[in-house]
Amino acid sequence: MSDILTAPAPAQTRTGISWREGTLLTRNNCPEGELEKRWTRHKDSLRLVAPHNKRKLEVIVVGAGLAGASAAASLGELGYRVKVFVYHNSPRRAHSIAAQGGINAAKNYRNDGDSVWRLFYDTIKGGDFRARESNVYRLAEVSVKIIDHCVAQGIPFAREYGGYLDTRSFGGAQLMRTFYARGQTGQQLLLGAYAALQRQVELGNVQVFYNHDVLDIVVEEGKARGIICRNLITGALHSVPAHAVVLATGGYGNAYYLSTNAKLSNATAIWRACRRGAYFGNPSFVQIHPTCIPQSGEYQSKLTLMSESLRNDGRVWVPRTPGDKRPPHEIPEHQRWYYLEEWYPSFGNLVPRDIASRAAKRVCDMGYGVGPTGRAVYLDFSDAIKRLGKEVIYQRYGNLFEMYEEITGENPWETPMRIYPAVHYTMGGLWVDYNLMTNIEGLYAIGEANFSDHGANRLGASALMQGLADGYFILPYTIGDYLATQLFVKLTTDTAAFREAEKETQQRIDRLLSIQGKRTVDEFHRELGKVLWDECGLSRNAQGLLSAFEQVRALRERFWREVYVPGTGEEFNQNLERALRVADFLELAELMIIDAYHREESCGCHLREEYQTPEGEALRNDEEFAYVAAWEWNGENQPPTLHKEPLKFEFVKPTVRSYK
Amino acid sequence: MRFTLEIWRQKNAQDEGRFEVYEVDGISPNTSFLEMLDILNERLIKEGKEPVAFDHDCREGICGSCGLFINGRAHGPLPNITTCRLYMRHFKDGERIVIEPFRAKPFPVIKDLVVDRSALDRIIQKGGYISVNTGSAPDANSIPIPKAVADRAFDYATCIGCGACVAACKNASAMLFVAAKVSHLAMLPQGQPERRQRVKRMVAQMDSEGFGHCSNTGACAVECPAKIPLSAIAQLQRDYIWANLTPDLYAR
Repeated sequence: MSDILTAPAPAQTRTGISWREGTLLTRNNCPEGELEKRWTRHKDSLRLVAPHNKRKLEVIVVGAGLAGASAAASLGELGYRVKVFVYHNSPRRAHSIAAQGGINAAKNYRNDGDSVWRLFYDTIKGGDFRARESNVYRLAEVSVKIIDHCVAQGIPFAREYGGYLDTRSFGGAQLMRTFYARGQTGQQLLLGAYAALQRQVELGNVQVFYNHDVLDIVVEEGKARGIICRNLITGALHSVPAHAVVLATGGYGNAYYLSTNAKLSNATAIWRACRRGAYFGNPSFVQIHPTCIPQSGEYQSKLTLMSESLRNDGRVWVPRTPGDKRPPHEIPEHQRWYYLEEWYPSFGNLVPRDIASRAAKRVCDMGYGVGPTGRAVYLDFSDAIKRLGKEVIYQRYGNLFEMYEEITGENPWETPMRIYPAVHYTMGGLWVDYNLMTNIEGLYAIGEANFSDHGANRLGASALMQGLADGYFILPYTIGDYLATQLFVKLTTDTAAFREAEKETQQRIDRLLSIQGKRTVDEFHRELGKVLWDECGLSRNAQGLLSAFEQVRALRERFWREVYVPGTGEEFNQNLERALRVADFLELAELMIIDAYHREESCGCHLREEYQTPEGEALRNDEEFAYVAAWEWNGENQPPTLHKEPLKFEFVKPTVRSYK
Repeated sequence: MRFTLEIWRQKNAQDEGRFEVYEVDGISPNTSFLEMLDILNERLIKEGKEPVAFDHDCREGICGSCGLFINGRAHGPLPNITTCRLYMRHFKDGERIVIEPFRAKPFPVIKDLVVDRSALDRIIQKGGYISVNTGSAPDANSIPIPKAVADRAFDYATCIGCGACVAACKNASAMLFVAAKVSHLAMLPQGQPERRQRVKRMVAQMDSEGFGHCSNTGACAVECPAKIPLSAIAQLQRDYIWANLTPDLYAR
């Protein structure tokens, strides 16, 4: 949208952290009128591309997780020519595969009063009223079709004895609307999308480029024109042109080093897009998942999530006496503190993730934590096993119990699990309009890579829903509206923008290899992760954020002086791949900190210690902060520009989010 | 804990490759196998030596990226887990550990312990799906499927595509991989229309990729991290014979 211009405004200078005030972002292509009819009417107003013309249009999709694979498959089915780029050795490896719990849909198969409206309301309330009504309603609306499509693909969802689909409850909802496939829902859904993608490969509509890392986005005259990618096997750089580019590259939780994300998940494509002018929405909104296996040592490479669905049947507790070191089975019932059930009687163990995470931190800060480090709480299944029997529990969580035992060496059938919060999902991401297009024309962001639907906190079983909604049912419609205008654009890489972008990428690689310092990439990454976790994690305050800002700048400066990347750029070089990613995390981290600092309120996962109720609940400030912060990058070590997209609530009334 | 590691090093596909020996010490028993390799790599980088390349990603046993042949077994000494779910407490202090890539003709080595497993994707391309376009599905509950059938389909559908079945097989057969997909879809009503074609085309692709034949040793199922049962292979054999010997009324 070329009419969103940056008005020159004086830089806001406070100590250390500063930014420029931008314009009000008012054009987001959201339709007006009745909420229920918006998406239908919008679809009807979009431009179409005739079948014979679709064959002439090329689309690049970066990433093949739920969003990327489903989008690429659907675009292929429509007849566009699609090129998919993945850094994995197969499109089936994306981290969507690790999602365990389930996928929400407003099917109301339970007859428990569910509806599109209720799913919409739960999602927008769960996000603490920091998402767009139009987008969230659309998400709830298409959720129904996702289940239909996935069943048709042969995805073996859990079923009742009558042969009909089973559902279960999940955090943040009082209804049973979550469809699941044992503890491997993400895997089954991703393999469905992957299979659909492979079908399009076989039909010749889609080409998948394995082992290709996208290192830059090429923008000409405000329009996305292609990408620069590196063949990870040979090290060669390639320029690839297209009529539109779709980024489906997931979240940036790995900025924290330790997270539940896969080791290779990274922010490079979206960060490079941001450097090319795409706005970054709400970068500080990071979800910390309450049920992860606690960290046990310095060497640890990642944290493992135990599905939130475990909280359906598990009860969270700590000993009533701080520092009680007795093994859990020796602690009698009356000396156990079921703090979630006590603090939040109506939702109990099923409060949303942000609340459960902060509660765990609170009891551990108060000294009630268990385990060798005192940074863990119990998740106990003994009551559920007594009530339902081992067989039922095994059916529901079998693989999770096995995984827990493998990692910790403890048997959760006999002793309660120990859990602690860990970085899990990033609600923030590239700013997109209702059509999922960034402010760069022809550049789309879908799935976790965009900021759009989850506000300041995502509800469980909603990530799978959003990824597939974007890929199967939204982007295939909206992208045509733009592509219809690109029919006569001749694709070429013989332009100044491509040459420049490829040269810059090569220089970045050469520079990293030439530093020849003394410290490894991982050492810097761990250090960055610690700063972010301590100061920009579960809770934040102005002073800590200021200090984090300085630390990250200093760290980045040292990185570019002291890092050692072995090997060359003309070969398979995993350390170079990592170095490029960490370099980008070091820049993005700064924007996350600035965003967290500027948002002087608490909302969803963003808890500013200065703004909370006496009971420690988030204190929102709708007067001043009911907007999306869309950040424009202005260059290294330059203050970014803050564009505000006001959030209007015409259908729901923002309330204090209470789960008591 | 202390270990002597004998690791396969191979610069690229053209290189001949050789074993090299490394010592690691001070490893906590709660370190995962891949974290132990991370520690080794950090040290090699500090010493100015080339770190060992290996595939990995989710590190929780579901993405199927990792795959090492450890002491002569795919994914190491324990049955039915991925390499990333293997912990050093499963080894003896002072043990000598031999680490190789998954070896099979259709899995060429890219570097050190990294192999190219794209042959598996090419098999899926030949029919490992139900041909349904986005938007054309009926209501999900219009196709009731008995719970036992759905559960069995799920058991087959959990294959993570790691290739351990191939590495474990003396014939380098991908039979368990192919059978898992064929059986998953053969269980379901949605999978029936393409059932005959699917099994024929996927098996043909497996053969043309250079995977060996199945001789029912069962080594694959012992290592399979997704615990795909051997009954999948029986199902595939039945379907294959049926598809080839009976007339296909719907064939074009």
